[in-house]
Amino acid sequence: MRVVLDPLALHGAFIREIEAISEQNLLACNQCGRCSAGCPLVEEMDLLPNQIIRPAQLGLDTVVDSTSPWLCAACLMCEARCPKGVDLPRIMDALRQIALRRGESRVVAGDVDPALLAGAPQMAIVGALRRGEK
Amino acid sequence: MTEAGRAYSYFPGCTLATTAVDYDVSGRAVAAALGLELNEVPDWNCCGAAFPLSADNVMSFIAPARVLIAAERSGHDLATLCAVCFHVLKRSDAYLRTHSEAAERLNAFITEGDYTGRTRVRHLLGVVRDDVGWEAVKQRVAAPLTGLAAAPYYGCLLLRPQEEMEFDQAERPRVLQDLLRALGATPVEFPRQAECCGSTLVVSAPGANRRLSTAVVDSARLAGAAMIVTACPLCKYNLDQAQAGRPSPEQLPVAYFTQVMAAAFGLLEVAGPAFAVEAST
Repeated sequence: MRVVLDPLALHGAFIREIEAISEQNLLACNQCGRCSAGCPLVEEMDLLPNQIIRPAQLGLDTVVDSTSPWLCAACLMCEARCPKGVDLPRIMDALRQIALRRGESRVVAGDVDPALLAGAPQMAIVGALRRGEK
Repeated sequence: MTEAGRAYSYFPGCTLATTAVDYDVSGRAVAAALGLELNEVPDWNCCGAAFPLSADNVMSFIAPARVLIAAERSGHDLATLCAVCFHVLKRSDAYLRTHSEAAERLNAFITEGDYTGRTRVRHLLGVVRDDVGWEAVKQRVAAPLTGLAAAPYYGCLLLRPQEEMEFDQAERPRVLQDLLRALGATPVEFPRQAECCGSTLVVSAPGANRRLSTAVVDSARLAGAAMIVTACPLCKYNLDQAQAGRPSPEQLPVAYFTQVMAAAFGLLEVAGPAFAVEAST
């Protein structure tokens, strides 16, 4: 029997939302796992990078609740190593955007550690707020 | 020594104007020493500090587009020192070149000019390699850094994505090693030279950030480095913070590549604290 995975039949709106924001083809990923092998933040993540893509491919929007997108530093090691040309940090960002558009800010300017405000490079503060604030 | 008349638009960015003035000052000094004219972009604004990864919100490209438009008017390549600014401006330029509809929408909002894609975004380290050349750098060296075991630390944003950044190999870069050799130093290869320092997680996930930056420092120490050389103020901050509680003999100084160049060029007044001992002797 031939099994055909049709993204539109699975959960079209969620997949289309991720693909519209990320400009990535989710179904290009064949779960080889090189992204997770190279990711420096897997220790802190609840789902490995390849485990983020899999439910997304199946249209399961519970993946939006994962902590992993918030731990992605967009270092692009996975992007450099993906044999299928998937830019995973863009997918991580799409998941952050969807979560932010549905809910609350994850980084709030007023809550940033005063020691950081005093000493950290400006782009650390601005960059973190641009990723995590609504 | 070097050809006269090489002029560039120069974008310092927020961090080099405030918390990393030493990078800006040393960068301008070594550029001048190599005959490179840096003309600061007039009326510049923050580049945005994070490359907009969401394709459905063109507005996040306004900040980098304004900088690119201002540089276009000068007719010169746009040079930066901050790795984050370089990343954001270079990728924004690549994005807008290939997404004409996004560029048209931005042009409708920006009143002071249109983005046309005529500016080439460069990092000053790439300018030194490609436009000056290592031979000319060697000729400018006044005090070779003989015996200095320096770990070239690239981090992420200078290098990746390789096709967009057009700077060096994504995982096996060599430009900093070549620079260090030209300055007489000994580059120390180490496993984490192109791994992430934690980046903006210093704000949003400090524990994870510290683990990563500590791993980078320890990797360089284990390889036998006496110093870490970087091109990014955020990398420098994270690597310095990771060592803040250590006894000073165990700390590796972290210097900008421009400070290392300044030390070798004899410009000790801008070479920074890592070369303070040499300066006083």
